[in-house]
Amino acid sequence: MTFQGWFLILLFVGILLALTKPVGLWLHALYEGRRTPLHVVLGPVERGFYRLAGVDPDAEQGWRRYALHMLLFNVALLVFTYAVLRLQGVLPGNPQGLAGLSPDLAFNTAVSFTTNTNWQSYGGEATMSNLSQMLGLTIHNFLSAATGIALAFALFRGFARREASAIGNFWADVTRVTLYLLLPLCLVYTVFLIASGVPQTLAGVVDVQTLEGARQSILLGPVASQEAIKMLGTNGGGFFNANSAHPFENPTALTNLVQMLSIFLIGFGLTWTFGKAVGNTKQGWAILAAMVILFLAGVTVTYWQEAAGNPVLHQLGVAGGNMEGKEVRFGVAASALFAVVTTAASCGAVNAMHDSFTALGGMIPLFNIQLGEVVIGGVGAGIYGFLLFAILAVFVAGLMVGRTPEYVGKKIESREVKLAVLAIAVLPLMILGFSSLSSVLQQGLAGPLNKGPHGFSEILYAFTSAVGNNGSAFAGLTANTPYYNGLLGVAMWVGRFFIIVPMLAIAGSLAAKKYTPESAGSFPTTGGLWVGLLVGIVLILGGLTFLPSLALGPIADHLAMIRGQLF
Amino acid sequence: MGKDFSSALRPAIVLTILFAALLGLAYPLAMTGIGQALFPRQANGSLVRDAQGHVIGSTVVGQAFTTDRYFQTRPSAAGKGYDGLSSSGSNLGPASRALVDRVTPDIARRRAEGVAGALPADLVTASGSGLDPDLSPASALAQAPRIARARGLAVERVRGLVADQSEGSVLGDAHVNVLALNRALDRLTDDGAGTR
Repeated sequence: MTFQGWFLILLFVGILLALTKPVGLWLHALYEGRRTPLHVVLGPVERGFYRLAGVDPDAEQGWRRYALHMLLFNVALLVFTYAVLRLQGVLPGNPQGLAGLSPDLAFNTAVSFTTNTNWQSYGGEATMSNLSQMLGLTIHNFLSAATGIALAFALFRGFARREASAIGNFWADVTRVTLYLLLPLCLVYTVFLIASGVPQTLAGVVDVQTLEGARQSILLGPVASQEAIKMLGTNGGGFFNANSAHPFENPTALTNLVQMLSIFLIGFGLTWTFGKAVGNTKQGWAILAAMVILFLAGVTVTYWQEAAGNPVLHQLGVAGGNMEGKEVRFGVAASALFAVVTTAASCGAVNAMHDSFTALGGMIPLFNIQLGEVVIGGVGAGIYGFLLFAILAVFVAGLMVGRTPEYVGKKIESREVKLAVLAIAVLPLMILGFSSLSSVLQQGLAGPLNKGPHGFSEILYAFTSAVGNNGSAFAGLTANTPYYNGLLGVAMWVGRFFIIVPMLAIAGSLAAKKYTPESAGSFPTTGGLWVGLLVGIVLILGGLTFLPSLALGPIADHLAMIRGQLF
Repeated sequence: MGKDFSSALRPAIVLTILFAALLGLAYPLAMTGIGQALFPRQANGSLVRDAQGHVIGSTVVGQAFTTDRYFQTRPSAAGKGYDGLSSSGSNLGPASRALVDRVTPDIARRRAEGVAGALPADLVTASGSGLDPDLSPASALAQAPRIARARGLAVERVRGLVADQSEGSVLGDAHVNVLALNRALDRLTDDGAGTR
């Protein structure tokens, strides 16, 4: 580890902390449906969309209606993208003349992008036409992110409203977040990326005769416009197979820093918005503090392990940190940081190949996702997931003192706790169930590239990533088979919506409750004790559930690696 | 619920179409227009052309260098090496026999060239993209004696090139662009000029 590496990490966190309140304020304006300076330009677009769609943005919805409308919108988007991908061969915007996708791959990809996962069973270069990238995939990068933020708003309203029957209007939330937050940021971001060397063209392949006289084909395309929202919306689906490790997606150390910042930007801001919504910004800062502690712990382990390097290669006379799967322009520190950021948030973009990380360095990304993508988390999804843990934490605190728990002015009763457990239980059931299945079935065992415990890690990582809606991979796994495409598709869908529906039910139940003012007996949810309890609950739940699987994968792998035992 | 369902169907379908037009067509096409107008070089892949106007590479994306006369690039898992249509890392785990089997002959080759001491890690490892345009300065310097011999140059001049071309900041590691370095090398020795 170097001074420069730690400087980068602290600079990164410092910039985000400085941006938390401004972004949170902007999000709060959208949460309340207030007018912003951008309404002058985009207001007519918003109103036009409502008129054509027959939407009354002021018509409040109860949680069931909100959930139904959200689900129908997502199904419509899913079908749309499935159709675009299947019809790719006959649609325009296809300079390479690529064929349509197979049914299982189109299903997997459509689910993947709808659920904000962006798991990629395919390599972008040889699979997706320019039109598919733009019309099939980029729209989901916006709308799955907007859906996540809308859902977070709905839960915030549940906490903030008193004796109310409604939690907002889904269509208004999604449209406002897209038009007044994501789209304007992406316009600026895309121009920055293009200026830094990210291509933005409708052309296809360029033929190169290299300095040594060999032939090389280089693929161009509308990369920058997709790259911007891919990071900002914590989507992570790359234009190219190598994702943000590809020099055209992430050409410089500066674009790398900006990409990492943009993964966390909205997630940081939403914690502040939550505090503001419930009338005490300290509540937001307390949640953010717990998240940042978990994040920095992860960065420390991964950076330390990657900087220490691979002892197997050291034996052969190679010096320094682990550079297999890493780009020189980033180096060990910026690659380790990116890996922890992208898995703490449910982004899943990668600037280095997690599969080739040291055993423990690669375990942290895996563990981050297993914790439920709540360490900052995906846009919206991170904060609503973390609030489920907060409900459990006040419940545990309530059990200790024998008092009905309260959180931000609402009594937490058996219905909320049951629903929170239901939502959180989806993770281990799906991850461990599907990983176990794939470790014994022939179709599952055909997947891994690596042998030994690392092969098991590849399977475990795939289902963890799918259920957690992350999308990164131990990419040695050959996942483009009907078996993996189908199973991972189901895992992604369940991992997204089987958490969202109980979460919205909690929002509805909380909104209907009376306000319970804080009293001398209330457990304070702003101080250090609370932050410690939150960190503990997240780690204990995640740790107890997944430690056995980690022992079989990365930990066994680590013991082999330090003994020099090869597989 | 039936009424709810039909009331949701129209916005679901209409907004899918409207947003697809706005975000899937208007946005990327507008950005393409702006990018082509403001930064045409970068928007089209930062291509490098020789005196005759032929494309010889991109300053952003790496290409393979394998001969003794040039600074050689890192091992690549993109296709058969530096394939611009199939970017990829090796995805080999840390205790992988395949990794050791790949690295061992590369190390032997460097030793045969006379590189002593510990080898810089990036010289014998494959990058994440398989299209890494850079080397660490240490990996470039380790190759300087071989290049000096192959080109009949003083080794100090080759080392000087590396020092000139190295860049870096606190945001990432120090690195040197291999294509730029090798073009500078060709300019240094006359035999490169006039041909490519």
